Amino acid sequence: MSDTQKHPEIWNLLATIPDPEIPVLSILDLGIVRDVAQEEGKWVITITPTYSGCPAMNQFEDDILSKLKENNYQNVQIKTVYDPPWTTDWINDEALKRLEEYGIAPPVKGTQDKGVLFSEGVKQVRCPLCKSTNTSLISQFGSTACKALYKCNDCLEPFDYFKCI
Amino acid sequence: MKNQLFKYTLRLGDNALILGHRLAENCSRGPYLEEDLSITNTSLDLLGQAEAFYKYAAKVEDAGRTEDDLAYKRPEIEFYNLQLTEQPNGDFAHIQVRQFFMDAFNYYLYLQLKESKDQTLAAIAAKSLKEVTYHLRRSSEWMIRLGKGTQESKQKMQQALEDLWQFTHEMFVADEVDETLLKEGIAADLQILKKHWNTKVNEILKQANLQRPEDGYHATGSKKGYHTEYLGYILAEMQYLPRAYPHAKW
Repeated sequence: MSDTQKHPEIWNLLATIPDPEIPVLSILDLGIVRDVAQEEGKWVITITPTYSGCPAMNQFEDDILSKLKENNYQNVQIKTVYDPPWTTDWINDEALKRLEEYGIAPPVKGTQDKGVLFSEGVKQVRCPLCKSTNTSLISQFGSTACKALYKCNDCLEPFDYFKCI
Repeated sequence: MKNQLFKYTLRLGDNALILGHRLAENCSRGPYLEEDLSITNTSLDLLGQAEAFYKYAAKVEDAGRTEDDLAYKRPEIEFYNLQLTEQPNGDFAHIQVRQFFMDAFNYYLYLQLKESKDQTLAAIAAKSLKEVTYHLRRSSEWMIRLGKGTQESKQKMQQALEDLWQFTHEMFVADEVDETLLKEGIAADLQILKKHWNTKVNEILKQANLQRPEDGYHATGSKKGYHTEYLGYILAEMQYLPRAYPHAKW
């Protein structure tokens, strides 16, 4: 991510915009905003999608535009970039904690859930409710593209796991 | 070269859009809730990838068209998706076999394209690869689960393999666009892709106790805009609203 010291007033405003699906995380927590720059009298906010088809992306754009407009920043342009591709590793530790408290198991950092059939050898996901690691995968896709569905074999509650990509 | 790059990018977008649309037709028809979510989330990933490719295609073409124009205002003959992607959903076996063939294709395609000398294609490929990795794992699991399931599920899977096999051949047919861009280090090498695809397909079919179908008649022509009778119906439904109400907005 680019230098947040450069236009702190804008970064501070962006930090108040929540994810529409996971309101305990802001768009900065997720690492979606890549850059804030001033170009020829225009503010250019560079963002990157979490998942290609994430329906929240349009919402993010609208929210960024209206938040900046409310605060008298006219002439704002949103630029979308794909490189480097978004990764869950950009979510900071404090945000991961909030995610778990909210009831979504946070991504296990630095690993990618891939290439293994029937979840053999997949790392343990901790139940956000009772903290047991005796859990199993129900479906690789949960309520949104970024989540998988797990169940806890101890407290028997199903829960969302924020997939690691 | 601009023209070839436009066409190449458009094809990538068309494959994603048409397969994504076919999957979206299953929304609320999944065999159970989790699978319903999986099919529609896979569809969503594909639609997002299509959007990224179309945006870039529109930029390369530089003729004032947008990604929406490319999706909604082209006739059938100007669509270049593989004929496999437009095949009807049929039963769940056909959905999963079609998906497995395409997931394996996309996985090895993006693995190559992420090293493309064209930076935008490389970036979209790197992004898409993360999603397709999930897709491939999921469809591989279904191949094995249903292949080793009951006698009926096995028979249906084998039938779907036989029905769809004829459409896999054209995945690896290179034309002038592929060859020109391959020389430039932009396009994927379809011969390498074919080797990887075959290895993966053989590996999963073996695990699933399913037979690899015999090569026989095979359909081709999608790179020239030739399609099976199904694409027209997809476009009629998909393009109806923007064509009937060209200035409609959310």
